[in-house]
Amino acid sequence: MWKWLHPYADPQRAYRLSERLQPWFTLLALMFICVGTVWGLAFAPSDYQQGDSYRIIFIHVPAASMSMAAYMGMATAAFVGLVWQIKLADWAAAAIAPIGAVITFIALFTGAAWGKPMWGTWWVWDARLTSELILLFLYLGVISLYASFEDKVVAARAAGILTLVGVINIPIIKYSVEWWSSLHQPSTIRITEESTMAPEMLYPLLINILGFGFMIGAITLVRFKAEILARNGMRPWVRELATATGAK
Amino acid sequence: MQFDSMSDFFHMGGYAFYVWLSYGVTLACVATLIVGSARQKGRVLREIAQKMQREQRLKQNRSTKQ
Repeated sequence: MWKWLHPYADPQRAYRLSERLQPWFTLLALMFICVGTVWGLAFAPSDYQQGDSYRIIFIHVPAASMSMAAYMGMATAAFVGLVWQIKLADWAAAAIAPIGAVITFIALFTGAAWGKPMWGTWWVWDARLTSELILLFLYLGVISLYASFEDKVVAARAAGILTLVGVINIPIIKYSVEWWSSLHQPSTIRITEESTMAPEMLYPLLINILGFGFMIGAITLVRFKAEILARNGMRPWVRELATATGAK
Repeated sequence: MQFDSMSDFFHMGGYAFYVWLSYGVTLACVATLIVGSARQKGRVLREIAQKMQREQRLKQNRSTKQ
């Protein structure tokens, strides 16, 4: 397996592979998000308690769950980069961080806009909301740490250590609604048992969760490619690309 | 379709402000992220091209003085 995998640690091959994968991720993201959002906004039934305000769920839950999934992806890449010193993994982690920050902000903002009509407040300092806010700060910390070193090998090591330390926050977010009494409702999607949500609401939600995943994947590939180019400015194949762009 | 008319749809059962605020801000954030990410590659390549030109100039100046 390692023999097969190893050539992909070559920057040029990783760049080409990302270029091949990118249109598929983009296409799937567009399809899933369009179907999920239209279904959720216009066709899913109203909630018997929350009326139509609950339709925020179709972006709030995908953003929140993917903000944690993206962090785990970034942490996995950072771990691979730190332990086996594979630079491509470091660059992948650097590519994910800004995307995760935006997705986390969306989760927080839509949560506030949903909380105002339902709880009567934009914000409370309870466990779920506070730990998600810490996730945003972790993303911002990783971004600024990576940006503040000229030497990107050192930068990736520093940002990678912060990323791995921050992993402790993920189970805290996930189980915060069970460990502490919270204004936030517990999760309604269950993996091992039947979800406590009507299927007509659950399907568009699951479709949008997948769509957000594909979208994050697509943007990660775009940023990953730019990161590969930026870190390989001395290589002939990058210089060829740069000459082609500079001539335009 | 869950709503009787287009205006009913935009009204969102009285929660129009919160629902459309959420969707609007999400769209704006994602659009900014996508545009910024898409431009990153061009910016990196232009920087590298500039660096190459600088190296070229340095090389020429050095060779004329000798």
